[in-house]
Amino acid sequence: MESTLNKQQLAEFYRQMLLIRRFEEACGRLYMQGKIRGFLHLYIGEEAIAVGTMAALRPDDYVIGHYRDHGHAIAKGMDTKIAMAELCGKATGSSGGKGGSMHLFDSKKHFMGGHAIVAGQMPIAAGLALASKYRKEDRITVCFFGDGAVNQGEFHETLNLASVWKLPVLFLLENNLYGMGTHVDRSRAGGRHIYEAAAAYDIPGVQINGMDVLGMNECVSETVKSMRKDGGPRFIEAMCYRYRGHSMADPTMYRERDEAEELGIKDPIESLKNFMLQFEIVDDGELAEINAKVEAEISDAVQFAEDSPTPDLDAMYRNVYA
Amino acid sequence: MAEMILREAVAKGLREALEDDRVFIMGEDIGAYGGAYAVTRGFLDEFGPERVMDTPISESVIVGAGVGSALAGLKPIVELMTINFSLVAIDQIVNHAAKLRYMSDGQFTVPLVIRTVTGGGGQLAATHSQSFENWYASVPGLKVVVPATPYDALGLFRTAMKDGNPILFAEHSLLYGMRGDVPDDWYEIPFGKADIKRSGDDVTIVAYSRMTHIALQAAAMLEERGRQAEVIDLRTLRPWDKDTVLQSVRKTNRVVVVEETWRTGGFSGEVASTIQEEAFDDLDGPVARVGGVDVPAPYNGMLEAATIPTAERVLQALNDSYGI
Repeated sequence: MESTLNKQQLAEFYRQMLLIRRFEEACGRLYMQGKIRGFLHLYIGEEAIAVGTMAALRPDDYVIGHYRDHGHAIAKGMDTKIAMAELCGKATGSSGGKGGSMHLFDSKKHFMGGHAIVAGQMPIAAGLALASKYRKEDRITVCFFGDGAVNQGEFHETLNLASVWKLPVLFLLENNLYGMGTHVDRSRAGGRHIYEAAAAYDIPGVQINGMDVLGMNECVSETVKSMRKDGGPRFIEAMCYRYRGHSMADPTMYRERDEAEELGIKDPIESLKNFMLQFEIVDDGELAEINAKVEAEISDAVQFAEDSPTPDLDAMYRNVYA
Repeated sequence: MAEMILREAVAKGLREALEDDRVFIMGEDIGAYGGAYAVTRGFLDEFGPERVMDTPISESVIVGAGVGSALAGLKPIVELMTINFSLVAIDQIVNHAAKLRYMSDGQFTVPLVIRTVTGGGGQLAATHSQSFENWYASVPGLKVVVPATPYDALGLFRTAMKDGNPILFAEHSLLYGMRGDVPDDWYEIPFGKADIKRSGDDVTIVAYSRMTHIALQAAAMLEERGRQAEVIDLRTLRPWDKDTVLQSVRKTNRVVVVEETWRTGGFSGEVASTIQEEAFDDLDGPVARVGGVDVPAPYNGMLEAATIPTAERVLQALNDSYGI
């Protein structure tokens, strides 16, 4: 690990990754208590991708992604209280309790959702980028998707259109090796080198370690810089590992308990912490301070969600139509 | 007042819409080719490639790109060459366009008009001759428009552009050459307001899209037999105007619902059950339904014609239900 970032930036990466980790752990607890229902997909292990990416963007850049969306939403600036209230189905949630875990949205932060049909967000990403191009703006769209999405037709349709029309979409593949419970080796030709598929659409692509927040941030920063110049699409495959099951309903019977160890997976948060300590960028006291701040924010978010009212029945009818 | 064909009326609506900078149109072969049904002929020269975009044959990303640019504040009009191909894009239409406002609780809206071509009768066989407006009409979050005349097509299109929701605007391929008067002065036709195309006291015929004209033929034949039919054109299926239908049925006590799609699961079932729920005591007999025969559309012209409702079948259905 190395970095040209300053102390504040590094500490902020650490804080954000930890915030997402603690948020997700709190979600897991609330789910076990029956306070969060439905499907719940945790981002634990993949925090470096969201945090490293968002830090390379402008606030007005669009971000759209899939149903494992809490990390993306928080890193794009969504208030953890509002997010947690949504997961608990409360009236104060980002969608008034009508979207749930898989459908977080924050229009003010240009976080365009949480989309739960695999690859369904990809054509929409093309449209967001088309709007930027149409208006001759240099804002870009980051489209997150998983390795499961690359076998859908919408993946191919979108890459093709983005390339033919030169749309500023950054395709950001989070390859955590599993589409639900099926390993990429069993579902995808070239499963651990998916970025090579981008070449078929004449889109520059790279593969990087998605568990190294500094590498992530550097790669996305460089990529975004070149995109703002030429307006065209790019493809980044971030290799990562999903620590938990596909969702809370998944006991992960399909993978070995020590798989992460065999793959040499290094925890993104631990790695950054060790790096900062080793080079004496922060000391234990400063880390403890960050930890305490994060714990307090999460505990406030949970409290807020639990104290919030449930939606009134009339909410059911609201916002079907404009 | 100008006389024009339905194709020209839609083109007029598109030209008007394009006066707004936020509006652009995209679809397969709408530019250089001029549109599979020639609606957008000349548009590429008139408005340029930034406003009239030829797409790859990729229906899902065509609609999805429309959804995305609508989320970003533009007002896209996308064209799906036929409603048969909309099935390839149904994920974007049903799971995304129709849901995003609700799931974001109003943070986002999707002002997207999806124009498409519906119906059979062109000997294009089973995959190219279908009518799926009724499927889309079952989806909350969508609106479904099914014009039968040039006047209605223009007035409804103007409303569609102002509406702010995802709209499926289904033009029947056999109606593009249909002639009709269109006023020079601006007018709009609200959604959910059926049109009484012909007044009568003896029997009600409810129809939409091309079947409106079959209903009018049936009404002319009934008149020869001394009976006056009221022909109601629904014009939009979601929302649909049940008040106008119920009012007419309470007057005539006899009703037949005609549509081109298969009878099984057709929109006529929705209309019939609503009539029976709300005007049961006004009926002289069971609500009659005429729909497409429950088979895939055959290629052979004689066979295909036998699957599509005709005025004769409308009269037969009235005879079966009411003995008239």
